[in-house]
Amino acid sequence: MTEERLIISRKTNNKFFLMIAVGIVLLIAGIILMATGGGAEHHAEGHGEAAAAGHEAASWGKRLFMNLWLNNVYFTGIALIGTFFVAVQYVAYAGWSVLIKRIPEALSYYLPIGGVLMLLIFLFGSHDIFHWTHEYLYDVNDPRYDPIIAGKSGYLNTAFFLIRMVVYFGLWIMFFMWLRKNSINEDIHGGTDYYHKSIRISAMFLVVFGITSSTSAWDWVLSIDTHWFSTMFGWYVFASWWVSGLAAVTLTVIILKQNGYLKMVNSNHLHDLGKFVFAFSIFWTYIWFSQFLLYWYANIPEEVIYFIDRLGGNEGHYKWVFFVNLLVNFVFPFLVLMTRDAKRQMIMLKIVCIAILAGHWLDFYLMMMPGTMRTSGGIGFIEIGTALTFLGIFLLAFTKGLTKASLVPVNHPFLEESVHHHV
Amino acid sequence: MNKKFVLGIYDDEDVLLTAIENIRAAGTKIYEVFSPYPIHGIDDVLGIKRSRLPIVAFFCGLFGTSFALWMQIWMLGFDWPMIIGGKPHIALPSFIPVTFELTVLCAAFGMVITFFIVSKLKPTLRVNMFDKRSTDDKFVMAIEVKDGVTDMAALNELLRSNGAIEVNEKEVVK
Repeated sequence: MTEERLIISRKTNNKFFLMIAVGIVLLIAGIILMATGGGAEHHAEGHGEAAAAGHEAASWGKRLFMNLWLNNVYFTGIALIGTFFVAVQYVAYAGWSVLIKRIPEALSYYLPIGGVLMLLIFLFGSHDIFHWTHEYLYDVNDPRYDPIIAGKSGYLNTAFFLIRMVVYFGLWIMFFMWLRKNSINEDIHGGTDYYHKSIRISAMFLVVFGITSSTSAWDWVLSIDTHWFSTMFGWYVFASWWVSGLAAVTLTVIILKQNGYLKMVNSNHLHDLGKFVFAFSIFWTYIWFSQFLLYWYANIPEEVIYFIDRLGGNEGHYKWVFFVNLLVNFVFPFLVLMTRDAKRQMIMLKIVCIAILAGHWLDFYLMMMPGTMRTSGGIGFIEIGTALTFLGIFLLAFTKGLTKASLVPVNHPFLEESVHHHV
Repeated sequence: MNKKFVLGIYDDEDVLLTAIENIRAAGTKIYEVFSPYPIHGIDDVLGIKRSRLPIVAFFCGLFGTSFALWMQIWMLGFDWPMIIGGKPHIALPSFIPVTFELTVLCAAFGMVITFFIVSKLKPTLRVNMFDKRSTDDKFVMAIEVKDGVTDMAALNELLRSNGAIEVNEKEVVK
C-alpha cells in the first residue's frame, strides 16, 4: 500500500488565519456595538444587582465569555470524539474504517489547545459563566444565600472543578497521544503488536471516556443552570458531541476526496459514515425527546423551568432556536439521509454534515445561553466572530495533525479489508 | 410442462464470479445461481436490480405515523375528550411514543408481508433442488435450455472454459 501525504498549502493556511482575523474583527465590532449601544442598560445593572440578580441586562463581557465557553466546549467535544471514534473502532475489531482512521485521530490535535483555553476562560470568566462560583451563595448570613446551591457545594466548588478539569484533559490527552504514538509507530515498524496494544489502550480509554464524558457535561454545561438537573444530561451532551464529531469526520473525508486525496476510499466507506451520521442524529433526538417528555409531562416547577426558559420564558427569546434545533438536527438529516443513494453520494452527505455541525453548535447555544444571557442573548457579531475564530484555530490544529502522518495507515493489519470494503 | 436446465458446478467463489461475468458477456442468460452462503458482489455481476422493498417500508412507515396520529387525535381530541395530567386534549408530545411504535410496527410488518408476497413464499411452495451440493460446498449455475435454440455443445464448452468442474443436465417438473 502506498502512503498518502496531505500537503496543506500556504494559501490554505492563510485562509485559516484570515478566518481567525475576520472572526476577531467581527468580535471586536460586536463588543464595541454592544458596549456603546448598551450603555444605558449597563448603568442600570448596578442598581438592580443586589435586589434582583439575574434580571439585569447582561454585559458584553458576560456575552463574550459565554461565547468563548460555548465554542470551546463544542470544539473540545469534537476533538475528543476523534479519539473516541478510533477507540471504538479498535475494540470492535473494525476493518472498514481503517482507511479513514487518520482523520478522527487528527481531530484530537485540538485537545491540548482546548484544555489551555478552557482553563483560561474559566479562570477569567467563571463568575460570568457559572452562577455557582459566587461566594455569597454559600454564606448563610448573606441575603443572597442559596440553600440549594450550598447543598451542592461538595461537588460544585472551584477547587474541585479545576481539579476535575485538569484530570479530564490530562487523561484525554494522555490516551490520545498514546494511541497516536502506536498508530504512527505501526506505520514505521509494522507487525501486529501495535494493533493489539492499541486495542488494550482503547478499552481503557473507553472506560475513562464513559465516566468523564458524563461528568464533564455536568461540569461544563449542566452546572450553568445550577438549580436544575437531569439524569440524561451526560448522555445528551455526549450524543450532541458524537454526532457532530461523526459529521466532522465525514465532511473531512469528502473534502479530502474532492481534493484528490484518500484515493482508495469509495462510496462504500461513505455509506457507512452516512449510516453513522443518520443513526446518531436519530439517537440524539431520542435522548432529546426522552429528556423533554418526562419534564413536560410531569410539569413540576423546578424541573420544567428549564424548558420554559427555552420556550415561552425569557420573552420567547429562544423559541426559534428551540424549534430550529429540532428541524436541523433531526427532521433534515432524517428525511435527507434516509435513502441509500443519499448516503453514497458526496453532495447530499456534505450538505447534511454541514447542517449537523451548525445545528449542534446551535444545540450547545441553547444549552448555555438561556441560563446566563437571559433576554439579552442573541446571535450577532460576537457569536459569529467567536465561532469563526475558534473554527480557524481548530482547523489549523486539525490540518496540522493530518499532515503529520500518512493519510493511509500503511501497516494496519486490517488495511486490506478496508480497501475491499463492500456493503 | 418440463423445463430443461444445464447446470455448471463450480467449487470456487472467485472463479464463479468471473465465470458469471464472462458468460453473461457472451450473451447467455443465467437462470439462477445457487450458493451455500451469500456472496459479496454477486448481485452486481448477475445484474440483479436493487430491491424496491425500502420504498414499501417508507410508505408503510408513513402510514403507521399517520394512522397513529389520526387515531390518537381523533380519540382523545374529538371522540372522547379527556383531560389527562392537566394537558390539552391534543397533547402532541405524549402521542409521540405510540406514533413511533406504530411507525416501526407498520414498516416492519409491511416489509415482511410484501417480501413474502413478492417472492411468493407460502406454505405450499415447492422449490426445485437443482443439485444437492449447493447446500454444502459447491456453487451451481443454472441456465435454461430452449429446445432447438440452445447450442448444447457450445454451452458446455463455455461453462467448462470458464472453470466449471462439472456440467450436468437436469429436467425439472414445473
